[in-house]
Amino acid sequence: MSENSKNLKQLPLGDWHRGLGARMVPFAGYEMPVQYEGVMAEHIWTRTEAGLFDVSHMGQLQLIGEGAADALERITPGNLSALAPGKIRYTLLLAQDGGILDDLMVTNTGHNLYLVVNGATKHDDIAYLREQLPDSLTLNHLEDAALLALQGPKAAEALAKLGIDPFEPDWPVPTDLHFMEAGPFLWNGIPLGISRSGYTGEDGFEISVPAEHAVTLAAALTELEEVRPIGLGARDSLRLEAGLPLYGHDMNADILPVEANLNFALSKARREEGNFAGAERVLAQYPDKAAKKRIGLFVDGRQPVREGATVVDAAGETIGTVTSGGFSPTLQRPIAMAYVPTDMSATGTAITVEQRGKKIACTVADMPFVPHNYHRKPKP
Amino acid sequence: MSRYFTDEHEWVEVEGDTATVGITDYAQEQLGDIVFVEVPEVGTELEQGDDAAVVESVKAASDVYAAVSGEVIEVNDALEDEPGLVNSSAEEDGWFFRLTLSDKSELDDLMDEKAYKAFVDNL
Repeated sequence: MSENSKNLKQLPLGDWHRGLGARMVPFAGYEMPVQYEGVMAEHIWTRTEAGLFDVSHMGQLQLIGEGAADALERITPGNLSALAPGKIRYTLLLAQDGGILDDLMVTNTGHNLYLVVNGATKHDDIAYLREQLPDSLTLNHLEDAALLALQGPKAAEALAKLGIDPFEPDWPVPTDLHFMEAGPFLWNGIPLGISRSGYTGEDGFEISVPAEHAVTLAAALTELEEVRPIGLGARDSLRLEAGLPLYGHDMNADILPVEANLNFALSKARREEGNFAGAERVLAQYPDKAAKKRIGLFVDGRQPVREGATVVDAAGETIGTVTSGGFSPTLQRPIAMAYVPTDMSATGTAITVEQRGKKIACTVADMPFVPHNYHRKPKP
Repeated sequence: MSRYFTDEHEWVEVEGDTATVGITDYAQEQLGDIVFVEVPEVGTELEQGDDAAVVESVKAASDVYAAVSGEVIEVNDALEDEPGLVNSSAEEDGWFFRLTLSDKSELDDLMDEKAYKAFVDNL
């Protein structure tokens, strides 16, 4: 182990995972479950039934005060001031030069903005937000809340069995939510913040629960026949199949949004306004003027290519990098994400990856590798 | 025939001058679902400690070091189509390669089965 386990913090569900036989590993400063029965089985279970992930290492933040959305728009390219209550947006926390400091989910709760940020970056994010946002706004780090993600085609069916009540009698129940909608709920009197979102490409929910009730809720969910606990190993292979970039791997402060193939996060209104961190540099690349771009790869043969492998040209010169790679349990073949020169980013382009001195043939593939299965609101 | 073990979780089955090498059941359990094994080419001269093979699980690649020195004379072709053999039969059908031992005294540094079991129990 590279991190000293004595220095690792424990999350509310740590003992619960151990009791279920999880293999625990250091991750983002915590001990986290990497797998229970095995990555392959857990991955396939999530794609066919419902998996319960503990993502309590992620940062849950509250931004409170008049003008919070406008202020947050100064450092993100998301159209947050237009976000209706109960709606969620995926956006990017940008450095002053436009580099990506983190990706995050922002929910308008009706009272404040609720932010979910990455576990490994949350303390830096908080410091940056405090530095950039006006003192009139309050930023709370909800350290007493756990976060569970219930993901998979049977997630809604499973959640319905728990008997979760609307927060007010005439408000919706969780299964009334569509993808990227959220609301407050009650379960046996325990307040839950539930959003219909996740990072596996499946239908599913993220559930914020007070830490002291996390074990009770996790146990009630995993007692359902559709639900099994799933570790971080399968979470990574699921998000890779879903074509979703992972911060610290497929994105970092040296990468701009267009390069990361996240044009959808640059909303039209904000592109026209342009008043967000690094806007001039970011928009100079929009929509396809970046020199490099994140793409998906199908890898020939059975051997996965991994993060750090290089993309090479015919002369063997390095022209790109693999940022995520693994074996797709759904497709039964290796897949990867890489940065390549934009003129080589078209679907079907032949790409050569060099790994441990061996050249491996790949082809640029459409992402997601496995179709998303979100519960989207029907178009009117 | 006798079987030796390394603290890198390889096993070495020795018969005369020939050694068959694989990873232990403990190692496959730690690695999880194995999806690919890169074995050395026949004819490769391995020095003890060299990178000899790579085992790929869904998530990660792990190096396998040469437990002993020698020339690779055979590889387990079955792993190409069925890498999961390493999970189901790590210490039998899931062997990686065979080599001709160039220095049998290297075996003196390895553990016997009992010592390896005690080693694993203490991990």
